[in-house]
Amino acid sequence: MMSRIASFVLRRRNRRKLHWTDVFTYVYLFLGVALMFGPVVWLVLSSFKTQAALQEFPPTFLPLGQISAEVDGFEDPLPLYSVTMADGTVRELAQIRRIGIMAQMVDPANPQEKLQIPIAGREPVREFRLAIENYTKPLQQFSFFRFLRNSVVVTVGATIITLLINSMAAFGLSIYEFRGRNLTLGFIIGTLMIPITVILVPVFLVVTELGMVNSLWGVILPGAATPTGVFLLRQYMLTIPRDLIDAARMDKASEWSIYWRVVMPLSMPALAVLAIFSVMWRWNEFLWPLVVLTRNEVYTLQLGLNAFQGELQVQWHFVLAMTVVTLLPVTIVFAFLQRFITTGIASSGMK
Amino acid sequence: MSTTEQTTSLRASAGELAAQPVWLIMRLLDIPMRFAQRVIGVKRMPYLFILPNLAFFGIFVVIPLFVNLVYSVTGGTGLFMSQRPYVGDEQYGHLLNCDSIIDVSTCREDRFWRGVYNTLTFVVLQVSFMIVFSLVTALVLNRKIRARGFFRSVFFFPVLLSPVVVALIWKWILLRDGLLNAFLTSLGGAKILFFVSPAWAMFWAIFVSVWAHMGFFTLILLAGLQAISPDLYEAAEMDGTSKSRTFWRITLPLLWPNMLVVIVLALIRAVQIFDEVFVLTGGGPGTATQFLVQYIYTTGFASPTQNFGLAAAASVLLGGALLVLTLAQLFVAQRKERT
Repeated sequence: MMSRIASFVLRRRNRRKLHWTDVFTYVYLFLGVALMFGPVVWLVLSSFKTQAALQEFPPTFLPLGQISAEVDGFEDPLPLYSVTMADGTVRELAQIRRIGIMAQMVDPANPQEKLQIPIAGREPVREFRLAIENYTKPLQQFSFFRFLRNSVVVTVGATIITLLINSMAAFGLSIYEFRGRNLTLGFIIGTLMIPITVILVPVFLVVTELGMVNSLWGVILPGAATPTGVFLLRQYMLTIPRDLIDAARMDKASEWSIYWRVVMPLSMPALAVLAIFSVMWRWNEFLWPLVVLTRNEVYTLQLGLNAFQGELQVQWHFVLAMTVVTLLPVTIVFAFLQRFITTGIASSGMK
Repeated sequence: MSTTEQTTSLRASAGELAAQPVWLIMRLLDIPMRFAQRVIGVKRMPYLFILPNLAFFGIFVVIPLFVNLVYSVTGGTGLFMSQRPYVGDEQYGHLLNCDSIIDVSTCREDRFWRGVYNTLTFVVLQVSFMIVFSLVTALVLNRKIRARGFFRSVFFFPVLLSPVVVALIWKWILLRDGLLNAFLTSLGGAKILFFVSPAWAMFWAIFVSVWAHMGFFTLILLAGLQAISPDLYEAAEMDGTSKSRTFWRITLPLLWPNMLVVIVLALIRAVQIFDEVFVLTGGGPGTATQFLVQYIYTTGFASPTQNFGLAAAASVLLGGALLVLTLAQLFVAQRKERT
């Protein structure tokens, strides 16, 4: 069997001698899959475990829940254990209560007979069960829903503004010849060199002066104009035939309507790439929101997650579920637009 | 009507519905823009189009850039300019005041210097590992393999994850009772407290950031590899050239322009490391994984005495380092264009 798998995997078009790099390639690829996907899979599996199951060591692979049984004479269902009796037989018993190292147990089939069992001799009976409450509880109890809403507002709002002002600038810089155009282009390249880490303090001052501390606008606006976005769109708009624009002018179209009725529809592919990038940037943004948003009500998902994981008693069962929810949108976007994203990055060298 | 037609028409109407508000806003904006065009004339319209973007750059990049310099030469604890007295080079003096360059603890602001040394260590190690692993991955993905698209997306996937998510994924594995320690104990080893040992914390900071960003650099290198003509390899094979010789004499020289881009971009990013490590280790244990950006953030925003002046001075120094790296990038990009 193994040799058949091996021969399938290593089958080649021309029967060349197997080079060591061929073996290395597949070993590397499969290790790579394990290392790249494994941690994410482990996160998702863990996020469905109950709080008690998460504290187990060593951890179980799948999320398991203890089976409970209805026993006559007891109101609540009792947890089931598999018990090794003194004579070596194994019975399934339900636990009534635990007193020190002894457990009082009962046979569900015979509720009258009560047994005293040392707790070392019993193992919980478990089945595969997803702890959905990890997902539903934070939505009701915590500000999780608000974080989610804030993140969506920031992502959508910032992306719309970015698309609008960047495409306007790209339109101005690609369709017209005007004095100062090259200067403007140079200036925009220059801003590429100044990441937020370098101007953290003064941008905070500007945002404070504008009264936008602890407001989502304070997160949305500072990064709305992106040099990479302007360049990406400009490169694309330069390829639009000038005849189209001249024809529109002949028809007495205003410059604004040339922008949004002629050039924008033709630039859709580039706009789509910028929109995808903007969504990714904003959804994942961390340092700047951390500086501007100090009050819990305005936290984005990323800040909320960071705050929860930094608590003294980390509620991992909630943190893990929230992490899964946070990575979900990006994963879905990736699943559908993978080709778009990878070619966009490979051609523009931006992220 | 067939199902495909139905879905297409459904999609089209959904698209129309989404376009409605956009259409309305653009239509409304048309009125003032038409008016502006009449007033200033078509020749000056491009200025109107680039104005919003430039205003954003001006307010949020250019003004801050100068204000940053002002902050770094003023003292006090106030945020607003009127509350800040001029102190000259005192902030820089405070940052750079060391009795001995080799021993960090002799500096007055030893947290800054620890940040600098940690960042240097991190940059050197992380960028080296990043280059080696993204090169090997790109070479592997460039071979004639089955399911190449699948494997490529597997290696790329972590790039899209947010730094907080990346850090939490790994923190969950590296905890005392985490998956890795379960694995170690099952092999008969002892549990390792990864976030208590400075060396391990640094190792995992490097490992996790390479894990998260490798796919991006792999993609750039892969694009370079795919641009190399297959004829060259065929010719080499016909001549009986060995694989290692082909790699050193054909692949690497032709990949070099992309490689330079990767090196410079990786350097620029690594110098600014903050997010993942901040969530993963919090800079600890002690200050073992505290980097320059975290120093700026903590000094300016997260400490009880917010020292904006010191944070600004430190970020001016960081900006200087980044400027050198960016100029190197532009130089490299130009050389790439020429070749």
